[in-house]
Amino acid sequence: MALNPIYSRRRRKDIVIRGLCFAAAAFGVTWLALILITLLFNGLAGLNLEIFVADTPPPGSTEGGLRNAIVGSIIMTLIGVGIGAPLGLFAGTYLAEYGRNDRLTSVIRFINDILLSAPSIIIGLFIYGAVVVPMRGFSAIAGSLALAVIVIPVVLRTTEDMLLLVPNPLREAASALGLPRSLVIKRIAYRAARSGLITGVLLATARVAGETAPLLFTALSNQFFSLGLNKTMANLPVTINNFVQSPYAYWKQLAWSGALLITLTVLALNIGARIVGAERTAK
Amino acid sequence: MVVQSDVIDDAGPYDRAKALSAFKLGDVTFYWITRLSAISVLLILGGIIVSLIVGAFPAMKEYGFSFLWTQRWAPSADPPVLGALGPMYGTLVTSFIAMLIAIPVGLGIAIFLTELCPQWLRRPIGMAIELLAGIPSIIYGMWGFFVLGPFLANTFQPFMIRIFDGVPVLGAIFAGPPSYLSTFNAALILAIMVLPFITSISVDVFKTVPPVLKEAAYGVGCTTWEVVRSVVIPYTRVGIIGGVMLALGRALGETMAVTFIIGNSFRISSSIFAPGTTISAAIASEFAESDGLHQSGLILLGLLLFVLTFFVLAAARLMLMRLDKKAGK
Repeated sequence: MALNPIYSRRRRKDIVIRGLCFAAAAFGVTWLALILITLLFNGLAGLNLEIFVADTPPPGSTEGGLRNAIVGSIIMTLIGVGIGAPLGLFAGTYLAEYGRNDRLTSVIRFINDILLSAPSIIIGLFIYGAVVVPMRGFSAIAGSLALAVIVIPVVLRTTEDMLLLVPNPLREAASALGLPRSLVIKRIAYRAARSGLITGVLLATARVAGETAPLLFTALSNQFFSLGLNKTMANLPVTINNFVQSPYAYWKQLAWSGALLITLTVLALNIGARIVGAERTAK
Repeated sequence: MVVQSDVIDDAGPYDRAKALSAFKLGDVTFYWITRLSAISVLLILGGIIVSLIVGAFPAMKEYGFSFLWTQRWAPSADPPVLGALGPMYGTLVTSFIAMLIAIPVGLGIAIFLTELCPQWLRRPIGMAIELLAGIPSIIYGMWGFFVLGPFLANTFQPFMIRIFDGVPVLGAIFAGPPSYLSTFNAALILAIMVLPFITSISVDVFKTVPPVLKEAAYGVGCTTWEVVRSVVIPYTRVGIIGGVMLALGRALGETMAVTFIIGNSFRISSSIFAPGTTISAAIASEFAESDGLHQSGLILLGLLLFVLTFFVLAAARLMLMRLDKKAGK
């Protein structure tokens, strides 16, 4: 018996749409693959020891590396996370532990969610007005503060979510033993949520490690190796930005290698965060 | 029973009071540290608004509302003429085209992941899509400039121009010489960048649909597509719109990727294959070398962008919150 024509039409439509959904997924995965392949193809060629031990070359030179930019990026990322992560952690603690039914909490949560997706260039403008102008100059500390402002919302969000997952009877048991509230949080809640909290910090580090826009006019960048926090500091993203648009082939090569380094670092941090986070659910 | 202990003798009632007061001090200190940290979030928002308004004030005074509908951007003229129409148009057009591409594809991937995909493939594909969100935006910019740009300019654009040549409206949209730097190139890169946001939020809200509803629909003989269209999407509509708005907020403010490939031209062109600019691209490429009124004008652009994204993101959050309530969270 032939299939009912209405039914076969419905089935055809279903198959077409399933096909389109499959194509959409393939489309998404293809982009990731294409970007990674391009990066590996262009970046691996120039990846050697010199990248890590030599400073950025002057225009037209064909030797040199990215040492100053790599060191600068690491310093600013560490300071940014070092300032932003504790603030975000404590703020998230307040939201999840002290202010659960507070009006202030819902306002802060709402504002934080907006800051989480606010354009990073706006953060750059903010730090320019709040730090660079009063200090009369671009500086590494301004860049670090811009990164810290980006770190806070990410860490706050994950901290709150993770602390809310800690079962209440744990807290009640600790309180019943006479532990004061701050120790209940520090000794019980933080320990129970530890892997989640680490995930948040790793994700925040991944987020700021590749940020370029807020550094463009806060830390600026330079061509030298410098450790002073009150001066401009070379950093990988801005160096890539400057080199890739230059006419010099060697600069472009360095930019691709730097891009490969940044992407691998960021993806490794992301995957690391997921692994740490997954341990928790597996338990 | 009498406990004989030097320790307890030594401790005595006096130390108990001391320990309690130390506990109390620690408690109060910790409470205020966390509370002040939480309030710092509000201070950051306040700081952003104040510093943008202070920075933008000279330009606001000079141009007033005409800033919004002036197309000319001539910072080196005397006196400088600044208008936001070009960057605002570019921001809206790139985001619009990006959403046009990203919404169907993102939803398609979400449907694939929740309804069609075999279990073992779910994690790898979901992870790949989420890693797309982790790639720094400058990498997208480089990739768009060196790989996508040439492909679009040499293959895709001539093809579209040939097809739509002479057709009214569409002919104008696709007209013009192909170029590496174009509004369309930037929009396509933006679409790829916001794809993960749409997908991951859609997957999350699709999971809130009670299985009973879907099973009932399958039970009366619906096909997968019919279940998705008539049960899953209506049930999660608010959440999907929230996710789309969130992605839109991202697209409006995206900076580095767009700066690389949009060409930084303040002229408004009817063709999407022509160079353009966006608010964020204009700030990123001109701010470091600007001063005086020019800089103030750029900060005013930033203020406009912040207001725009603030409302889009606030709307997104409100919608997602409504869905959370519905799910009983």
